[in-house]
Order: sequence, then structure tokens, then C-alpha cells
Amino acid sequence: MKRSFFCGLFAATVLCAAQAAPAPGEEHFFEIRAKKFEYAPNVIRVNRGDHVRIRLLSQDVTHGMYIDGYGLNVTAYPGEDGSLAFTADRTGRFIFRCSVTCGEFHPYMIGHLKVEPNTPFIFYVAILLAAGAGTLGIVALRSRRETANE
Amino acid sequence: MSETCKNGNAPCKPERKERLLGLIDLDARFELTQFRLIRALLKSRWMPLLLLFFNTFMFVIILVAALLGGYSAGNYNFGIMLVWILWWVLLMFVLVPVFARAWCLMCPFPIFSDWFQRKRLIDVGQEKPWGLNRRWPKWLKNMWLMNVLFLVTTYFSGFLTVRPFASFVLLGSVILAAFIVGLVYEKRSFCLYLCPVSGFQGLYSQFAAAEIRHKDDEICKAHKKKTCFIGNEKGHGCPWLLMPFKFEKNTYCGMCLECFKTCPYDNMAFNLRPFGADLLVDSKLEPKGLDEAWKAFIMLGIAVVFYLGFQGPWGFMKDMIRGTTLSGFFSYIVIHTVFCFAFIPAVFFLFCWLSKLISGDREVPLKQVFTGFAYTLIPLGLGVWVAFSFGIILPNGSYLLHIASDPFSWGWNLLGTANFPWTPVLTQYLPHLQGIAMLVFYVFSIDYGMKLSRRIYPNPAHAHRGFLPILAVLTALTFLFLWLYMGSALSEK
Repeated sequence: MKRSFFCGLFAATVLCAAQAAPAPGEEHFFEIRAKKFEYAPNVIRVNRGDHVRIRLLSQDVTHGMYIDGYGLNVTAYPGEDGSLAFTADRTGRFIFRCSVTCGEFHPYMIGHLKVEPNTPFIFYVAILLAAGAGTLGIVALRSRRETANE
Repeated sequence: MSETCKNGNAPCKPERKERLLGLIDLDARFELTQFRLIRALLKSRWMPLLLLFFNTFMFVIILVAALLGGYSAGNYNFGIMLVWILWWVLLMFVLVPVFARAWCLMCPFPIFSDWFQRKRLIDVGQEKPWGLNRRWPKWLKNMWLMNVLFLVTTYFSGFLTVRPFASFVLLGSVILAAFIVGLVYEKRSFCLYLCPVSGFQGLYSQFAAAEIRHKDDEICKAHKKKTCFIGNEKGHGCPWLLMPFKFEKNTYCGMCLECFKTCPYDNMAFNLRPFGADLLVDSKLEPKGLDEAWKAFIMLGIAVVFYLGFQGPWGFMKDMIRGTTLSGFFSYIVIHTVFCFAFIPAVFFLFCWLSKLISGDREVPLKQVFTGFAYTLIPLGLGVWVAFSFGIILPNGSYLLHIASDPFSWGWNLLGTANFPWTPVLTQYLPHLQGIAMLVFYVFSIDYGMKLSRRIYPNPAHAHRGFLPILAVLTALTFLFLWLYMGSALSEK
């Protein structure tokens, strides 16, 4: 009973990951204001296949925006915006980080790009749950065996 | 399977051989010192002195660079990058998980107090050591002071990791404190009970794949002089105040290698072993304790707070940590302290209480359940820090090329890499590396959780039932960190 429950849960999670792909092709425009040491908005969400345009504005010193996973980089100078366009063809949560040293907290100037469905996260959670369920199964099996021995 | 439990409520050890993940015999050891070259190396007085000299030289450069760097941005400072990027990552990736407290072997902090106490740096004298040579108070012979000092140090991480001068003050203070404590207290009392870095290394080195242990009990019993403890003309008595002929876990062994030199029978061994073998040790000499349990909680709590502050996208957290306003900074200190010292232990306590309730065992003290299961957080905590360290090294590692070429920012280009641009390395794989690290160490945690449960609850049925809430909390914690590293995307309003 327990085993089938967890198998079901695992299968459902994987199915969710597979089915959650949205219709591609929506256009998104984000105006991101960068100042020491944060982005506003600090999180942007799109769906897989969406076309994303970003305008980066600096509100103080020169800032950059490098998107992990996409390898894209843009710089914004005070009074001179930067722009970026790409198709969000990779799913997951990606960090975008400042690429121009802008002050002492520069290495921690970070934002998040979330491209739904976050399949990597779902995948690792599914493995986690499977490992947990497997352990539960082992415990139950040992317990039953030892009860039988007694 | 039957169990032996000779001391009433004391944890029991199963009679059957235990295997890590059901595969590797936990008693298996591979002795590296069986090789003549390695044994000769460890017995030489130049080991670890040469490493120590090298690190002291590097440390001087770090201090000078940090002092010269002043308040400039830390990512182009030799001191900041070497300590908080390279050293930290090496510590978490290799030194601690594989070689236990190998860093302590080459740490330059106690070199001046050692020199002062011994009156010499290289050879060994038999005269009385300099200094007051007092014994460390018995009630402080634990990790509590280190717990507090490490937590207090993390309050200032928003300055230490980015402001070279702040790092200069910290590192300078630690080396000064090590010297002053060495004037008053015997041997390596500072390293044992005060050094902020020592505590977590001691805790996590219980998981390490290496150990120093004696080989043959009978040889040690027959050797009445115990030169490993008192020293002889070949080496100093254990600077870490341990009895190398007895110790059973890595926690307080600084791997200084003196016992290899002082043992006339070559009865000390440097072993490779399965990961985590010490997690099951609970003896009269080296019992499991609340101080170590709290260290495990604090390390988990710090990892959450550091993630939110340094690797998360929330500007208000960064403002709090870097002290933009005094009230924000104090709020951060209070929240950080309560979270690490009280909240995480309280949550874990709740699950331990559930464990005892569900197990059906009315005899086992709740404190034993709580302390014993806290050790399941050691592999998980190490995994959390390995994952966190990926987030440090991959985006920031390229700065190392710059600072290696121009350590004092004087316009040098020693290696031709001074103008190497910032280049994130493999950051596209960062979430996967973090996810894999979390899952691997989670598996170790649950495996040791099951083993610990069998020690805590003598009855196997109780042990199985009692493990379930612990499995739940370990899974929930792993989920939390997976979510932080890969899933969270909460906007700041």
C-alpha cells in the first residue's frame, strides 16, 4: 500500500514536470532597474519558449547583468541603458548577476530568472522523494522481517 | 538480529558488521602509512613544518594585501579572494570531507604561540615550556565557546567577505588571540576550545574519509611511557592534549603528526576509511554531546542565512547584513541568532520528541534521542556547505587569476593574468551541482540515521519506528535547501 502510494507520487511528480510545458511564443518585456546592490524587479518569471526582452537601467553606477545558463551579458551605464533579447528555451531557475564591479557587495548582486516549468528542481525533488520512499520501504521490510523472526 | 546493550540507557552497538549504504564495511581501513615513503614523510620533523612555513608566508601576503586593500571592493583583493574563496572552498570540498582536520596541520594561526612555548621552531627540546602553561577550565572543555564565537564572527560576514580591512582585523585578531592564549594556557588550548574555524572542522571531520589512529592496542598497553602524550627527543607530546593511544574520533585531533614522531614502535597509522565512520562513535572517552549537536544546528542555520543574504536576490537582506542601517544590522543579528541557536534546534527537538513517541520506547531519555540523532545533520550540513561553496567558486573563481598576478593592486602582472576578465565558469551547471551535492549527502544522512536509530533504541522495532520522524525531518531539510538552491523565486515587494 505504502509502496504504491510513493510510486504514484513519484510518477505524478514526473508527469507534472513533463506536462507543464506551456504554449510557446509569448512576448515579455522587463524593465530592470539596477542599483547598488540589487535589481528591481529581483525576480522575473517566464514560460519555456517565451521571447524575453530586457531593458537594464542603472540608477547609480555602471552595472551589468549576466544570466547563468544562457551566458548572456549586458551592461548599463548611468544614463545609458542596456538591452537584451532572447528566447527562454531552457527551463529552470537561473541566477542573473552583476558583471561589472560596482562596489564592495558586487559579488552578491543577484536576481532570479525563472523559466517555467522548473524541471531541474522537480527532477531533484522527485529523486529526493524516491530516495525517502525507498528508505521507508527498506525500514518497513526490515521491520516485517524482524517481526516474522520473533 | 540481537543487540548488546550493557549500560542500561547507553546507546547500543549492533553485533552484526555494519556497512555504509549496505556496501562498505565500516571497519574497513586502508593504511597509507604502510608505504615506507609516506611513513617517513609523516615522521620527518619537516612535515608539517614546510607546509606551515609556506602558509605563514601566504598569510603574511594576505594580511599585507588586506591592509593595503582597505575599504576597496574585495573581489579584486588578494586577501579576500584567497581566504573567502579559495581557502573556504578547498576546506569544504577537499580538506574537511576527505582529510578531516588537515587544515589544522598547516594552519599558521598557532605558529607563534608554539614557537614561544617550545622556545624553538624546528627541533625538540626537553625543557619546561615557556608561558604560564595553565590548564584550560574543565567546564569550558567543549565546543560551546567555539559555537558562540563562530556565530558572532558570522554577524560580520557582510563586512569580512567584502572589505579587505575587515578581514585584516579578523585574521590579525585571531593570530594575536592564539598567541595570547598560548602565553597563558597550555599547548593548543586556543585551537581546541576557542578558534572559530576549529569547531566546524572538528564536527564535520567526523564524516571525513581519513583518520589518525593507533594500530595495535597491545603495543600501546605495553608501552608504559606514553611518549605520544608526554613527548620525547623525536617530537612533542600531543599538542592537542589527546591521548593518541586511545582516541576514537577525529573531532579534536589536529593531525599535527607529532604522535608519528614520538611513537617508538611506529604504532600510529594514517588511514583512509568509509565516510562518516565517527558518527557512530559514542564512548565514555568521547561521548556525543549537546555542544556538538548545537554546532550542527548552527552550521545549518548559518547556511540558510548566508544563502538568503549572499546568494539570494533580496536587496533588503543584503542591506541588513552589510549594516546599511544600524537597526537593520541589529535586527539581522537577533534574527540570525534566534534562528540558529533556538529555532532550528527547537524544530529538530520536536521531531526527536515525535521519534520517541512513535518508537514506543519509554526508557530511552529524550536527551539521548535528541543528541544522538543530531549527528545525522553532519553529512547533510556538509552537503549544504559543499552546495553553497559551488555558488561561491563557480561565479567568482576567475578573480583568483587576477589577484594572483597583482596581489597588492600595484599594477603588477606577475603571471600575465592581471587583466583576465571576470568569467563565470560552468554556472549553467550550478543548480545541478548543488542538487547532486544535496542528494548525495542526504543519502549519507539517512543511512547514518538508520544506524544511529539502532543505537538509540535497543529494540529493533522501536528503532524502525523511531527513525521515521527523523527521515521526515532530513527529507524536509533537504527539500528546503533544494528549494533555496534551485527552486525559490520569491519577489521582493
